[in-house]
Amino acid sequence: MGSEDIWIIGSNMTKFGKHPEKDVVDLASEASVAALRDAEMTMSDIGVLGVGNLMNAGAGIGQQLQKQIGQTGVPVFNVSNACATGATALRVAIMAVKAGEADVGMAVGVEKLAGAGLLGQRGPKPQSETWEPSGRFGAIGSTEGRIGTNIMPGVFAQVGMEYGHKYGGTSFELFARISEKNHAHSTLNPLAAYQKRFTLDEIMNDVMIAYPNTRPMCSGNCDGAAAMIVVNDEKKKSMPAEVQKRAIKISASVLTSDPWEEGCQILPDVNTLTRNAATQAYEQAGIGPEDLDLVELHDCFATAELVHYDNLMLCEQGGAVDFFESGAPWRDGTKPVNVSGGLQSKGHPIAATGIANIHEIVMHLRGEAGDRQIEGAKVGLAHVIGLGSACGVHILEKAA
Amino acid sequence: MNESDNTALIKQIPFVDYLVLGEEPYLMANECNQCQARYFDRRNACSCCFGDQFTKVKVASSGVVTSFTIVEMGPVPYVSAVVDCDGTPVRCTLIGVDPTPEKVQLGMSVELTTYSMGEDSEGTEAIAFGFTPAQ
Ligand SMILES: [Zn+2]
Repeated sequence: MGSEDIWIIGSNMTKFGKHPEKDVVDLASEASVAALRDAEMTMSDIGVLGVGNLMNAGAGIGQQLQKQIGQTGVPVFNVSNACATGATALRVAIMAVKAGEADVGMAVGVEKLAGAGLLGQRGPKPQSETWEPSGRFGAIGSTEGRIGTNIMPGVFAQVGMEYGHKYGGTSFELFARISEKNHAHSTLNPLAAYQKRFTLDEIMNDVMIAYPNTRPMCSGNCDGAAAMIVVNDEKKKSMPAEVQKRAIKISASVLTSDPWEEGCQILPDVNTLTRNAATQAYEQAGIGPEDLDLVELHDCFATAELVHYDNLMLCEQGGAVDFFESGAPWRDGTKPVNVSGGLQSKGHPIAATGIANIHEIVMHLRGEAGDRQIEGAKVGLAHVIGLGSACGVHILEKAA
Repeated sequence: MNESDNTALIKQIPFVDYLVLGEEPYLMANECNQCQARYFDRRNACSCCFGDQFTKVKVASSGVVTSFTIVEMGPVPYVSAVVDCDGTPVRCTLIGVDPTPEKVQLGMSVELTTYSMGEDSEGTEAIAFGFTPAQ
């Protein structure tokens, strides 16, 4: 990653869930002020601000945040990059600090989604009197249901089923058991939107959304924010001993988009860009998947978690089912995955997710994860993917 | 041909412009002259090899289901699938099969079929496509 290390010295996320009394700026402010306090800093220390928000991408949430907690005139980058928006905001802050344009950067991701329904769901288009071709395919009506599906639960269901077709071994029950794991993990995370343990039967007999994903196997729309403060080596050395002691090294920070693949116009390819991001991240960090003590990956649906075991190379190619069956990704397994409860129970306030995943790793590496602490964790990986596509992978290490 | 003749001839309209109607309807793709990558929409350059010359080609009308889901969020469940049509992946809805995991299988052979969506106020019939289990 170049000659100079980048460090996280402040990190925070709000509780995910319903926050009817708070607006987007309130939530962003809550996480930002807490992250600043964590770093023993104020807005006067921040040299660059990256702010992610998807639902109000044109609203200048970064500037609104400044007005709420401190205006200093520093550059603000408002970003939107689907579900990878938060990771993109962090990439902006890291790139600016690495480039030497600032010593301290802050990244914030915030979203208000509670009550917005399932991701990607749209109402029907009004029907005109005559057939009118429109759009890229000259379609005379909504393609949803006529030409397969575009809704997220359906798209990601097909991503998991495609893996099953390629390598075998998948079943409705297998995907449901992945969800069972994450919901079990969530009971230890007070910041999760849902902290309810489900039995396998309860998961399989819940409302079917898009086979094989039932409702508890889908990430929940909710409100939340996360914020993080990054510094270069020199700045870190100038900080109080207590802040330095809790600093976490960013050993790799990668953002990819998808290269051309046959069929990516038909079903989004979430695999190639994730594998590419992971490969680059392991190279940057000079470590391999075998060195990871925990992983937070983008389980927007239970079917997605399975393919990312493989894409992040936590198992050999084609071996994701065996990897899960071995018990490895449970919190007491050899490679704990989504000990936060994952998006299925922690919730998925889109732009906050990409920073919140990294925050979870930070908490474990600092030894501050409370009841869900993975003992002795030294290295962790956080992964996020937004359809379209954008993939962020960060590898963090505890300071030596 | 004057305009009234033209109107008289057009009695059907495909649901999407890459569905070609006729005796034996088929799906049509824009194929890159350089690398043979296929696209159902227009491209200024091939996203695979950056070539900018394309030829319209007929896509095979039968194939194998490589992925599917059964969407149950609306009033009527439906099967969304990816069908490998002789190397060209096609997104579609499977019809003529019960939308249940017992009836829809990965690897099943399917073929293109069309159906009427009804007529508009000017009497033009819309034709949509789906894939159905092969005979
Ligand atoms: Zn080409």
